[in-house]
Amino acid sequence: MDEPVRTMAKEYSAELVPLPGVGPAPEPLEDPRRSDVDEWGRSERTRAVFRTLYEPVYSKWFRVEWDGFDKIPAEGGGLLVANHAGAIPSDAPLIMHGIESRLGRPVYGLADYFFRSVPFVGTLWSRSGGVAARPENAARLLGDQGQLALVFPEGEKGPSKSFADRYRLRRFGRGGFIEIAMRSGVPVIPLAVIGSEEAMPVLFRMPAVAKILGTPYFPVTANLLAMGPLGLVVPFPAKIKISVLDPITFNVEPGLERYPRSLVLEESERVRGLIQEQVFEMLKVRRSVWFG
Amino acid sequence: MGRRVLVTGADTFWGGRVIQALENDPSFEVILGLGEHDPSVPFERAEFVRADQTYSILHRLVRATRVDTIVHTFLVSDSSTVSSRALHEINVIGTMNLLAAAGAPGSTVTTVVVKSSTKIYGSSPRDPYTFTEESTRSGPATTMVERSILEAEALIADFAEDNPNRSVATLRFANVLGGGLTTPITRNLSRAFCPVLIGFDPLLQFVEANDVVRALEHATRNELNGVYNVAGAGRLPWSEIISIAGSRPMPMPSVHHRLLMRPLSAAGIYELPGELADLLRFGRGVDSSKISQTGFAFRFTSAGAVEAFAQQARLESSTGRPPSSYRYEHDVEQFFRHSPAVVERG
Repeated sequence: MDEPVRTMAKEYSAELVPLPGVGPAPEPLEDPRRSDVDEWGRSERTRAVFRTLYEPVYSKWFRVEWDGFDKIPAEGGGLLVANHAGAIPSDAPLIMHGIESRLGRPVYGLADYFFRSVPFVGTLWSRSGGVAARPENAARLLGDQGQLALVFPEGEKGPSKSFADRYRLRRFGRGGFIEIAMRSGVPVIPLAVIGSEEAMPVLFRMPAVAKILGTPYFPVTANLLAMGPLGLVVPFPAKIKISVLDPITFNVEPGLERYPRSLVLEESERVRGLIQEQVFEMLKVRRSVWFG
Repeated sequence: MGRRVLVTGADTFWGGRVIQALENDPSFEVILGLGEHDPSVPFERAEFVRADQTYSILHRLVRATRVDTIVHTFLVSDSSTVSSRALHEINVIGTMNLLAAAGAPGSTVTTVVVKSSTKIYGSSPRDPYTFTEESTRSGPATTMVERSILEAEALIADFAEDNPNRSVATLRFANVLGGGLTTPITRNLSRAFCPVLIGFDPLLQFVEANDVVRALEHATRNELNGVYNVAGAGRLPWSEIISIAGSRPMPMPSVHHRLLMRPLSAAGIYELPGELADLLRFGRGVDSSKISQTGFAFRFTSAGAVEAFAQQARLESSTGRPPSSYRYEHDVEQFFRHSPAVVERG
């Protein structure tokens, strides 16, 4: 090291050549955004196209019927909780479609992060309102932004159960959805769905194939047997009925880091019980799988 | 008495820019720039001190100059600029020695500001869509850059805990655009065809280069304490970024990219260092409301930063070379500044 310390400057006059530092505030640029993809990856334009394409499936194929629709809040956050069924479940797109077209407000679908890692599917899922179900995501979406989100607490256990177990709700995870609603300070709005089980009944599962494909489960459905490969995507036209139960609010302080486990599990079980009961009530009065 | 500031990485893009920003304010009485090579930008009144990457002379320097503030801009977050060994030396060993000097008995240092990166959060499908300062990564670090930044920040966190009387600000910057900075992202966006990993269209967030310098200056001036994310508001899909930048997407397989990368980047077709490969699949978003609450106002949103970058790129392609806003020639400057022959200065 020949010259460890070198002094560059002595005394300068006040006026100096302008140097490239941080200049004055720049002119506001024209809004350069070209798409309407929001921070969750959802695009209203994409959704509008999907809704147009999906409308016949909603109203002609499944002939969806709602009961108690006005219990869904027209504004403010809310966590929609529904039972989940059918090998490739149609319940999520149907619920989202119904609420978005009637209320004109977006519904985000909370689901396993697994979707994000699948090429094309993940992008499409995200553009149409899919969000990875993480507590941080839900708290921001529901609490901070006051949006509606749909969650299936049964997770993959719902759609993967076989037809023999139809309309018997699985365990509601570990009650994470209750914690999410408590932390965000939003009500839980339970939805009971019937018809979804018959739209794509699971005859049996092939875990070995699922392992090879890397999917959570690989079901062999009645649709597959009836229609061949087409049965992978085409559900049977069962009549879908959705019943909205009274919103449940929790008498706890929002924004806490943790809530008593016993309270969470108790509330979770209560919601599951309510939906299960309602599903049975609806099945009692259902005369036909196809015509309701 | 004015502040006495030591800036590391004075020979790098960021160190130079920060020194220039601090020079504008006379309340920063003494500004020392530390670097290994000659500074790349001119300084008005800052003094440059040559030191190796690991700052072996720092102890003596801090004691001798009685600096009260250290601005540590020399954390490398772009693995394309240095070898992975140098990366470790600079980020981990450099930071370690710097903090040792700052925390030595009799040290006059009261404020440390560090330029870190949101790369510390990584990028994976399990991530929250918006990281806050309290969020942790979803999985272990996968690249050398991330690992070294994690280690460096762990050292900083320890230092902050051991020195509650000193304010330590760690600013985690999102990917930077603008200001003539070149990174793998800007080089990809400047090409006619920009790599897109097939089936993925991640949301990215950017911070404009001027906002980076302003945030570092803001943290230094206000002696911020704690960790802060710094990123322009909003985030946008990679496909939209490519479109605004005037490039076209070039679909690339998202698997085996590591094997493809070397020949392709050697041929100048595209670049995909490890930390970018994950980012271009899963993206990353951060919440920078914490630094906004300290009174810092961003001049650019994420989309604004992309647009500013695109405008700069169009200017460059029209004039055929990077617009050198200012080129420092020592003798010429000395003449203009000090010669009695110069009647009108400025």
